Amino acid sequence: MSLRSPIGRALGLGAAKEGVSHWWSQRVTSVALLLLGLWFVSSLLRMPTFQYEFVVAWIAVPLNAVLLLLLAGTLVYHSHLGVQVVVEDYVHHHGLKIITMLLLTFAHVAVAALAIFAVLRIAFGGGA
Amino acid sequence: MGVSLESTSTRKRPLSPFLTVYRWQYTMALSILHRVTGCALSVGLLLFAYWLVAAASGPEAYATAHAFFAHPLLRVLLIGFSFAFFYHLLNGVRHMTWDTGHGLERKSARLSGWIVFLGAIVSTALFWLLIARHTGGAA
Repeated sequence: MSLRSPIGRALGLGAAKEGVSHWWSQRVTSVALLLLGLWFVSSLLRMPTFQYEFVVAWIAVPLNAVLLLLLAGTLVYHSHLGVQVVVEDYVHHHGLKIITMLLLTFAHVAVAALAIFAVLRIAFGGGA
Repeated sequence: MGVSLESTSTRKRPLSPFLTVYRWQYTMALSILHRVTGCALSVGLLLFAYWLVAAASGPEAYATAHAFFAHPLLRVLLIGFSFAFFYHLLNGVRHMTWDTGHGLERKSARLSGWIVFLGAIVSTALFWLLIARHTGGAA
């Protein structure tokens, strides 16, 4: 016997009203980061040097630039999903929880904007 | 009616068991380490963004970043971040395998735990060895 109301069962979204979307987004970004992360690590290993000219030229290669944008965006998204769970688990005061999450969201969006803008600037040749 | 709200809603009831009631096992440490490395990598994201922004800001800003990353303290930190990366990645695969319903038995969960932990250490060592060889140690 289920104790859920008929409408609750039909919507299937549970008490948090968002169903498994948070959990699922975490898995989707995990799989994406597995691929993008391995690409980034192997790219670092294939770099003969980390000097300015080489690194900028490498970022400017279209495929590298797009993969870096995807990596930065997915990392930030995944990180935000992760710290949200940590804050929900350990910050018990309701107001403090909201403020902490708000600041962390701002920080994540700012980091994403910085990283994405930096890659685009190099890719479109606006830098230096 | 005959039931007072007091007795049903405010009485101290047993809560679900928390960490402190369980005997310590290393799989618990590995589980917490997944969260710790995840949080560390969230901080490491700042360094990743700094590297990109420095590269986009020109040779001088990049030289500053280059010197910053070459500092011994930062090197130690970067090695730590790389371990966190490899551990979180490998253990993430372990978690997603569990999501499919496989590998949850105690024996396989412990074995995969060891594989992930040692795999992360080996990956970290191999990564820096190869980086040092490619860049002649001057990175």
